Amino acid sequence: MTDFLTHGGISRRGLLKGATALGAAGLILPASVRRAMAEPKRGGILRLAQAAGNTTDSYDPATWDSQFVQVLHTARCGYLTEIAPDGSLVGELAESWEPAPDATVWTFKLREGVTYHSGKAVTGEDVVASINHHRGADSKSAAKPIVEPITDIKADGNTVVFTLSAGNADFPFIMSDYHLPILPSADGKIDATTKDGCGAYVIDSWEPGVGAKLSRNPNYWKPNRAWFDGIEMNVVLDSAARQNALLTGEVDVIDPVDLNTVALLEKAPGIKILSVAGTQHYTFAMDCRADPFKDNNVRLALKYALDRQEMVDKILHGYGMVGNDHPVGPSNRYFYADMEKHTYDPDKAKFYLKEAGLDSLSVQLSAADAAFTGAVDAAVLFSEKAAAAGISIEVVREPNDGYWDNVWMKKPFCAVYWGGRPTEDWVFTTTYASGAPWNDTFWSNARFDELLLAARSELDEDKRREMYHEMQSICANDGGTIVPMFASYVMGLSDKIGHEETVAGNWTLDGFRALERWWFV
Amino acid sequence: MAVFLTLLKIAFAVAAALALGWLFRQAALTVTRGEVRKELRTAPVTASFGMLVILIYLVVAVFAPLIAPYAEREVVGGQFLPWDSTHLLGTDNLGRDMLSRLVYGARNTVGIAFVTTALAFFVGSFLGLLAAIVGGWLDQVLSRVVDILMAIPALVFSLLLLTIFGTSIITLILVIATIDSTRVFRLARSVAQNIVVMDYIEAARLRGEGLMRLIFREILPNALAPLVAEFGLRFCFVFLAISALSFLGVGIQPPTADWGSMVRENATLITFGDITPLLPAGAIALLTVAVNFVVDWQLHRASGLKE
Amino acid sequence: MSEIWAMIVKRLALGLLTLFVISVIIFGATELLPGDLAQNILGQSATPETVAAFRRELGLDLPAHTRYINWLLGALQGDFGTSLANKRPIADLIATRLSNTLFLAVYAAALSVPLSLALGILAALYRNSVFDRVVNALALTSISFPEFFVAYILIFVLAQSGFFPSMARMDPSTTFGEALYRTFLPAVTLTLVVTAHMMRMTRAAIINLLASPYIEMARLKGMSPTRVILKHAVPNALAPIITVVALNLAYLITGVVVVEVVFVYPGLGQLMVDSVAKRDFPVVQAVALIFAAAYVLLNLTADVLSTLSNPRLIHRK
Repeated sequence: MTDFLTHGGISRRGLLKGATALGAAGLILPASVRRAMAEPKRGGILRLAQAAGNTTDSYDPATWDSQFVQVLHTARCGYLTEIAPDGSLVGELAESWEPAPDATVWTFKLREGVTYHSGKAVTGEDVVASINHHRGADSKSAAKPIVEPITDIKADGNTVVFTLSAGNADFPFIMSDYHLPILPSADGKIDATTKDGCGAYVIDSWEPGVGAKLSRNPNYWKPNRAWFDGIEMNVVLDSAARQNALLTGEVDVIDPVDLNTVALLEKAPGIKILSVAGTQHYTFAMDCRADPFKDNNVRLALKYALDRQEMVDKILHGYGMVGNDHPVGPSNRYFYADMEKHTYDPDKAKFYLKEAGLDSLSVQLSAADAAFTGAVDAAVLFSEKAAAAGISIEVVREPNDGYWDNVWMKKPFCAVYWGGRPTEDWVFTTTYASGAPWNDTFWSNARFDELLLAARSELDEDKRREMYHEMQSICANDGGTIVPMFASYVMGLSDKIGHEETVAGNWTLDGFRALERWWFV
Repeated sequence: MAVFLTLLKIAFAVAAALALGWLFRQAALTVTRGEVRKELRTAPVTASFGMLVILIYLVVAVFAPLIAPYAEREVVGGQFLPWDSTHLLGTDNLGRDMLSRLVYGARNTVGIAFVTTALAFFVGSFLGLLAAIVGGWLDQVLSRVVDILMAIPALVFSLLLLTIFGTSIITLILVIATIDSTRVFRLARSVAQNIVVMDYIEAARLRGEGLMRLIFREILPNALAPLVAEFGLRFCFVFLAISALSFLGVGIQPPTADWGSMVRENATLITFGDITPLLPAGAIALLTVAVNFVVDWQLHRASGLKE
Repeated sequence: MSEIWAMIVKRLALGLLTLFVISVIIFGATELLPGDLAQNILGQSATPETVAAFRRELGLDLPAHTRYINWLLGALQGDFGTSLANKRPIADLIATRLSNTLFLAVYAAALSVPLSLALGILAALYRNSVFDRVVNALALTSISFPEFFVAYILIFVLAQSGFFPSMARMDPSTTFGEALYRTFLPAVTLTLVVTAHMMRMTRAAIINLLASPYIEMARLKGMSPTRVILKHAVPNALAPIITVVALNLAYLITGVVVVEVVFVYPGLGQLMVDSVAKRDFPVVQAVALIFAAAYVLLNLTADVLSTLSNPRLIHRK
């Protein structure tokens, strides 16, 4: 690896940290660097190795959970809206959209002339059926909670009208969710096993848990996308195996990179590390209904008892940034940058323990690498540092298997990972509002809930910003979630891969869209 | 040239090891008396070396807190610090002293492996011999149960059991011992089956010897050799089982240091030619070789060969 | 010989019984595992409502014994059902993976069995010599490294320098020669893992016999050590050797999940671990039964061969 100038948007560690400090949505380079990036060109077979993917993966959008299916189906399908690399929202199948004054009714106008791989045209009825797949009493969809507020969908030719139970200024963002692809419908229903889609690539073969082969959709409507002729996706679960595959040139892109050895990988010839700061964050969730976490003083004591910078250094190896106990990251629109930071302070922790009427505290912290890579190590570091504040944390390594059923939201104190959401409303509504299905701390705060509702339909930017700032502050100082760090998405690329200067940070692999956005130089 | 140098180094290490073994035997001979001394005389240099290594491991395991420069779980500095005078073997991925982890690892790893193997052998060989002697329905029942347990792949089975019963050290020992004991049972039974058809057993039966006497006096001594050989290997399989389980995400609870997990934690470094993971792996390998050298010596004695 | 045939028939019948019991155990164990498919597929996104709806769709809301009996009735008619997770017929799902698993197992066995028997016999012949010690020390060292670590070292040495691929990807168009080349590293890894066990058992079993009077006799007759071992010791040491070889062959089929993961080889082990993790019960059952059947058959073969090697066992009263 040589100077970053010749490699375009590629990090050295220092550069990455600089970019993060700027609060960039992705990795934004100075204008002088941009010229160095070669022009996109058509051709080649992209070979990709990913850490996710199960033999149980399926075509049904209701069940998409692993990053393998998320990337695969994003390449196969089209969505109403798309999150651009800079974090803004652009239309994909929807050409434009418009709220009724109070943001309870949204009208989407579809793009003309888009067809599925099968040749059938994309219609308003397809949109209705595709979204309805996730609604209703019988829905088993992971996306059910986010489409819950939709009370009615109607198609009229090329326009689709959504009616919501309450105003939501960010509704079009939700339509970009990876669970909500537009699929061909018949009689008001989509076939959840169909291989058809209107995306950039056609699936030629797919062996779940092993890999997939895709070829370019010759009729793809986007003019400056889908550069590769074909894609070979591989599930490579072992991090050393992924590294070896990249080192030996058997694949062109690996995701993610093992952070323990990233410094060594970076030195290998022909390989570059792409690191993108986004909304992904790691948390320790405390059950606010259970003793001793019921008492906010105990929660605050724990928040001051961990060394966040050490975690960023040792768990993320610098590829991330310190978190401040709320889920809003610098790439979000209403990030509260000037908020007081929680730092490692054993004396303050002791002070809050005393406030809670305790001399010492002894708790169990459950973790497994299923929660996030390095979760067990992070918990061990937490435990080591908390000892100085008179807090004894016993780290319990739980089995990876079944972590989300048996540990998460069951054990009172456990490690969790969140991919993050593009909007403040989305992340707060699904995981922090009272009674939300994924509110894993069972935290409930009346003022927070009130602000959340008001901010959702507030169309005045300044007022809205103020509300979200207050909510971040409430969340940090009262909430049950410890957010020690925001983790960057770190991928390993062959230096033959080209991409835009700005790489999306909403999900890994350029917002799951690397297949249609990247090219061979 | 590099290859030649490496070979030279290896030859030197082997020679040094053998010399150490010889010195150890001489030292042992001067401090022991009577029967023990007589037996030790028969030990080849390799076995002496093996005993020396085992002795060192035992000392390290027992006196771990005195030997280790830092505490087992203490974070003492940055991650992956190079070898220097403060941290003789550098630090690990969390900045804990590698040497201290290795020393404590001796205690945990060897302890767990020994308890597990001993348990597996006690249960497995006793039932195996019993099945071979008694035969009939007892043999059928035990063999079928063992068949069933063995027909389920060990790794997947232990994964299932550990997920159901939790991953405390006790469950880990019991699960691995149960699975290992089925292997021991098979071997003990098949070896004993060849013995029970021999005439002297027939004679002993006719003499009216009791079951326990048959097992422990007549059959066990003659079945000991393959069992001892198996013990040497099973012992190191326990490290491997723990290591494989930690590969699949269940293993010894952190921050306890054990060599199997330490290999796993640092394994990716070998991809870049970094030798850190070789330290715990080497510790396991050295012990395995040492134990089996001693086993070989005992095996040779048990066989009654005089050469 | 008729005793042997009777034994085979009896053992096959017992084998079927074993398979049945295993299917009950596996079903019981997957039931005991916390969580079910619905929760596991939806993962972190699961909510109580969606999980309940998913369960209804999959029939997971039926009582356990009903589900087991339904599965058993299907299985008895040769229909192992479809994967709960993605509705693929299990026969489809398993066919290529089974052939991959068998291919690798046979490959590794073809390398390791002759190697370990030869080394074991040579080590017994030249026992306590430098050769014996070196072979033993090498075998023991290779076996005391965890599989994945052996694999990493091989990849570091042989794949990074470009001799062999680090990923053993297989697809239908792969030719036999190509397959041998691509799976060379996993096969060598497995060979290193199983050779020591078989070799040491061969050596031990032979040495164990060398003090027997009849060997002494043969030696006194002036027979060469090589002939003593090959003609007199090996045939009588066969029983434990065969047992250990069968155990290791079974391991090559059923226990190689770690090697599959490291070399990205689509075999049954990975499928089983994946399906256990997701609680996709019909797939777990099918794979477990294939493993069990492989084990039962190998074991039966081993017992038949052991019995044939010791005529006294045949005529046992």
